[in-house]
Amino acid sequence: MHEVVALMAGNVWKIVVQVGDVVEEGQDVVILESMKMEIPVSAEVGGVVKAIRVQEGDFVNEGDILLEIE
Amino acid sequence: MFSKVLIANRGEIALRIIRTCKKLGIQTVAIYSEADAGSLHVKQADEAYVVGKARVNESYLNIEKIISIAKETKVEAIHPGYGLLSENAAFARRCEEEGIVFIGPKPDVIARMGSKIEARQTMAEAGVPIVPGISFPLAHVDEAANVANEIGYPVMLKASAGGGGIGMQLVYDEEQLRKAFEGNKSRAASFFGDGAMYVEKYIDNPRHIEIQLLADQYGNYVYLWERECSVQRRHQKVIEEAPSPFLDEETRKQMGETAVRAAKHIGYTNAGTVEFLVDEQKNFYFLEMNTRLQVEHPVTEEITGIDIVEQQLRIAAGEQLCFSQAEVKKEGHAIEVRIYAEDPKTFFPSPGTITSLQLPKGEQVRHEIAVQNGSAVPPFYDPMIAKCIVRGSDRQAAIANMIGALREYKIEGIKTNIPMLIDVLTHEAFQQGNTTTNFVNMYLNKKGGKTHA
Repeated sequence: MHEVVALMAGNVWKIVVQVGDVVEEGQDVVILESMKMEIPVSAEVGGVVKAIRVQEGDFVNEGDILLEIE
Repeated sequence: MFSKVLIANRGEIALRIIRTCKKLGIQTVAIYSEADAGSLHVKQADEAYVVGKARVNESYLNIEKIISIAKETKVEAIHPGYGLLSENAAFARRCEEEGIVFIGPKPDVIARMGSKIEARQTMAEAGVPIVPGISFPLAHVDEAANVANEIGYPVMLKASAGGGGIGMQLVYDEEQLRKAFEGNKSRAASFFGDGAMYVEKYIDNPRHIEIQLLADQYGNYVYLWERECSVQRRHQKVIEEAPSPFLDEETRKQMGETAVRAAKHIGYTNAGTVEFLVDEQKNFYFLEMNTRLQVEHPVTEEITGIDIVEQQLRIAAGEQLCFSQAEVKKEGHAIEVRIYAEDPKTFFPSPGTITSLQLPKGEQVRHEIAVQNGSAVPPFYDPMIAKCIVRGSDRQAAIANMIGALREYKIEGIKTNIPMLIDVLTHEAFQQGNTTTNFVNMYLNKKGGKTHA
């Protein structure tokens, strides 16, 4: 299992995948908003989205887990 | 003159306004979000009140809460700074209704210039040259494609309510236009509550040159020369200077007089800026009017000796401008750099805590800064944490002074764009005055993310 974490503190702006989606390595899965900028967060590995740990609008700190890929 | 003013802003601009208020003997009221409780503007104001939670929608944009603080503290006027509520016509109107002076132009003037489409129409009526394009909202992507074909690619796709580069995209062909249209439209709709889009011809290698205006309530107008703000990243300015290295006296005068004509046409009052795009042949085209104090106002102050915030307060208090156009000085050269909490290569933001800060000193160096050793830079606001402004007897001297200052500027704990600023200032193209809005892409060739809001 692989965890996708927030690269920096900010708000979860958009979650662009759903549980069960197949994602490829490098694909954007979540878009954060920090300091008025969109920060795409991509999957470091390919796989199936197993769980999404945050909701759009949530505030996350650097290192917080956003979702899990299996 | 007012005896008490509320400052509806944060960061360096709140401190800048407090400084002039103190000089004029005006009491100041600060507002702050929970994330800004330890901020310098809270400490330096005579009174400070919490206005809500960290996010701007719950704090600095909460019109009714700000109005109620203004009433409780019995201020006579509100200075909105830049960004936030500074170009919000509804806020200006609420101030008016409550008998509080909004330091800026009238609400209907703000609204007219806030819609970029309406501003284009208005300026065309005033005989001000506008960028070739359309002055009506596009209903559908097919209409956008038809219009773009008529104008000829490349074109700029723009949001009518946009600003700071949001909802704006350069497209080179119909395929790109079709791809870009819906995304920018929905981004504009979600951020500005208005998804109206229009199209302008793309001007090759343009420069961004703007005219600073002052207008009192008695029909007196002056222009305080120009600022060149061509060096940008993500459509946001990074380095600004006055005067422009590109303009000759004749073009400078034409642009100044055109800006005054534009302001007169709409009955503009207080400080404002008319932004122009200037092509390689020195043709200039109206881009937009900013109905507020600009981030880069200090470079104008440095070459004219005029305190623009003081003039804003005097005009709002009903005083007449006390100097004429012929009395506006233009001495030496000034450069401002914006120091952003961001990665100098990717331009991604870098919120965090400043663990060490050492500022360059010198007679030629002016700091507008809202952070100190130990300050938190929260992720909720704009990444600009400071501005550094230098003077020089001429452009070459000013550049040398700025490079010297930036090499002594030490910030630790967060990343900043200072290395990128030094790269620009030491670049031959910048030193020769070849400053177009493509500078960063053309000479530094670095990629960043998309502007969000």
